[in-house]
Amino acid sequence: MSRDVTMPQTTNKPRDSLLLANVSRRQILKGMVASGALVIAARWNLAWAEEQESTKYGADGMPHGWVDDPNVFIQIDTDGSVTVVNHRSEMGQGIRTSLVMVVADELGADWQKVRVEQAPGNEERYGNQDTDGSRSMRHWFDPMRRAAAAARTMLEQAAAAQWEVDAKECKAGVHSVKHSPSGRELSFGELAEAASQLPVPERDSLVLKPRDQWRYIGRDNETGPSVSKRPLAIDGADIVAGKATYGADVLLDNMLYAVVAHPPVYGAKLASVDDSAALEVPGVVKVVTIEGTPQPSAFHPLGGVAVVAENTWAAMEGRRALKIEWDNDSAGDNANYNSDDFREQLEKVVQSPGEVIRNSGDIEAALENAETLLDATYYMPHLTQAPMEPPVAQVVFKDGKAEAWAPVQAPQATRDGVAELLGIDAQDVTINVTLLGGGFGRKSKPDYVFEAATLAKQLDGRPVRVQWSREDDVQHSFYHAVSADRLEAGLDADGNAIGWRHRTAAPTISSLFEQDPKHLSASELGMGFNTMPFDIPNVRLENPAAPAHLRIGWFRSVYNLPHAFAIQSFVAEMAKAANRDHRDYLLELLGPDRQINPRDVNDSWNYGEDPKLYPIDIARLRAVIEKATDAAEWERERPEGRGLGLAVHHSFVSYTAVVFDVEVDDAGELTIHSADIAFDCGPQINPERIRSQMEGSCVMGIGIALHSEITAKNGAIEQTNFHQYLVPRMSHIPKVTRVHLIGDVPDTPLGGVGEPGLPPIAPALCNAIHAACGKRIRRLPIRNQLKA
Amino acid sequence: MITLTINGQKHELDVPEQMPLLWALRDVVKLTGTKFGCGIAQCGACTVHLDGKPTRSCITPVSTAAKHEITTIDAIADDETGSRVQQAWLDLGVAQCGYCQGGQIMSATALLKETPAPSDEEIVSAMNGNLCRCGTYQRIHQAIQHVAGHAPEAAKEEQS
Repeated sequence: MSRDVTMPQTTNKPRDSLLLANVSRRQILKGMVASGALVIAARWNLAWAEEQESTKYGADGMPHGWVDDPNVFIQIDTDGSVTVVNHRSEMGQGIRTSLVMVVADELGADWQKVRVEQAPGNEERYGNQDTDGSRSMRHWFDPMRRAAAAARTMLEQAAAAQWEVDAKECKAGVHSVKHSPSGRELSFGELAEAASQLPVPERDSLVLKPRDQWRYIGRDNETGPSVSKRPLAIDGADIVAGKATYGADVLLDNMLYAVVAHPPVYGAKLASVDDSAALEVPGVVKVVTIEGTPQPSAFHPLGGVAVVAENTWAAMEGRRALKIEWDNDSAGDNANYNSDDFREQLEKVVQSPGEVIRNSGDIEAALENAETLLDATYYMPHLTQAPMEPPVAQVVFKDGKAEAWAPVQAPQATRDGVAELLGIDAQDVTINVTLLGGGFGRKSKPDYVFEAATLAKQLDGRPVRVQWSREDDVQHSFYHAVSADRLEAGLDADGNAIGWRHRTAAPTISSLFEQDPKHLSASELGMGFNTMPFDIPNVRLENPAAPAHLRIGWFRSVYNLPHAFAIQSFVAEMAKAANRDHRDYLLELLGPDRQINPRDVNDSWNYGEDPKLYPIDIARLRAVIEKATDAAEWERERPEGRGLGLAVHHSFVSYTAVVFDVEVDDAGELTIHSADIAFDCGPQINPERIRSQMEGSCVMGIGIALHSEITAKNGAIEQTNFHQYLVPRMSHIPKVTRVHLIGDVPDTPLGGVGEPGLPPIAPALCNAIHAACGKRIRRLPIRNQLKA
Repeated sequence: MITLTINGQKHELDVPEQMPLLWALRDVVKLTGTKFGCGIAQCGACTVHLDGKPTRSCITPVSTAAKHEITTIDAIADDETGSRVQQAWLDLGVAQCGYCQGGQIMSATALLKETPAPSDEEIVSAMNGNLCRCGTYQRIHQAIQHVAGHAPEAAKEEQS
């Protein structure tokens, strides 16, 4: 491939391009009341989702499904430049690059002539845009391939017509179509106009390229940097030059800047505000009260007082000058929420029975007959996503139409919400999706955009930016659920597990949408709890009640975090009690290679995927364990004070195992020598990005293990910024992290990538610490527990 | 009025003296490469150079910044070391979301200009104030080594 081709500049030229008429759009999925809050609730309400997904799987089961029309996603200009419309949010997972790789390969496009354009929120046109659940590639690989194959077919047909030959003799190569018998060739640009006149071929008639013709898909960077192996990264050059456009980099004429003072307690209301001093701060324009939302408040604003100014600093200074009294009466119990007390409450509640989630055999008898009984309770605190880019949004509302620019993971929910708030039709709302400076689940909830829309309504058509400070972000997030997990096992005289009882308790995300639910939803339980894959004859899984006192929301890999932490730590404890090697014991617990239908373990969710296509595959769990332990030289003796720790986890229909090699000195000082991560997500579209996602998951998981924690006192979050909410820094990471990708087997359904790397990190690290120094960590974060 | 020298150009700003340089750059001069991450010098996303020294613009009043030559990520390509750092970032595929990387590159460039061949400890010490929630630290470390001339292990193998 030539590297000398420069990108054609198309910006200021009249468009003369492949823009076809008669766009065949898929019908919108109906079946929910299309009004306001219900739309948002319906989109996210898990009960609704589960009902949908009982009959429809994968992308079919998502609101607005999928689209594979080439006219929606691919544009070819007469100068040969190819524009791919990317409708998924980019937050570091590389989807803007990876989906373009798919299109470029299937189309036969030259990478140097391809550019990407970000779609606005419009699911009727683009299909589902919710960028979460690690499903962008798994749901869109096939539709995007079909779109590109259709466009390629149209180019070939256009060439055949021009040459008056059989289309079968015309083959697209690299950015051109060739007629082999005559040696004639026409470039994509030369064919664009004629191709645009052709009908889109029938889906069933499309022939997809075989793997050996892929030039970009599967391209790896494992062997390190060189010009030929430089990673493909659509936004890379802009990012290193400071030119990439994130949420707060949108500059609008005449724009105002706002910050919002939020009530410290979830559900509290404004009692009174004295804004006289704020209004005297130079640059402050206006002080506006934003109404709060009664619980359950979904993604609606928390309410509070906004200071609108000529620049961000003036707005922040103005907010500092506000004198506010909050009324906690409407917050109910939330005003008494104390996370230390709640930890004790959760750790207590898992000592008693709860709702039965899964039951096989006779657990009571098994535990009674056991030679050895193990009983351990694990705890994980609240966390917050804290993406480096705090929430931010720009909205302008003028002449009955609204336009927003914001980093959002859910552009259509944002559009529906803004429309509802402003009392206009969703067709009159444009949501422009910027790059996201990290998401991790936080930006699935567009409350900050709704705040900006609320303000825009009162600013006579002037655009406004709402900028959250880091303090706003840390103190008013949608928090990862705090949790307690109690595990009991009965071992026979040979150390074999004959009984397993697991009780998990945590506030549910359903509390955003329903009045005071106390049990985990099926999808939350399906995240590594009832999908526990061990071959144990007597199993009982229960979910005792737990209320929510904060806004609880998705955090990367969600409830897999506590479930993997508890289960994978406990297996190491069982192996020790049985006096067996941890890896051997884990493999024996998994039992013979088999495919578990998630329905057979009472998991009705399975990440929305068809249980037949996506069973829990013991052979794949075994393979990642073997790969990670072999890479880490599991059997090699380690010196005193040093130890290996292992964990494995199945989530987002992918398989991850990790082994840490750590050292703990006499003073309790931890050194992480290495991490070996084995990962199987099936076919690897962009291995380079899969590796970096695994590396990043490893770092985030280390932070969760070591020191990240959100606590609350009297309903208010105690941490304010990164000096208190600790996240990993360069000094915390392993000296080396090695990622081993396996399972790239053709025709295997694609698995997720963004999230499944995270769950096994904390338990593997804690298991390594135990192996190194004998200290068992059951309450996260570790903080100074090794010093005691 | 305050006069700031940013990337070699003089800018007259009508802003309060205590306004942090970050907001003057972003909201007034409209140079958006420098990012807001924490506002209290805990994350490094806002790192700029004042006379070549890495500085957190979020806590630096414009009155202080006015006494120095300010360089931002928007112009670091004009610096020979900065340009090599940017190239290494691309070669190693460092960025994930990329939001913090401007600040990372400013810190790395300042380090390499001061210490062309930093040790591992010097790299960690210079970079530990720059947070990355995507967790790209290993590649940042490797990219700095790469610029310094100690290629990471994998690259050495390839060359041999």
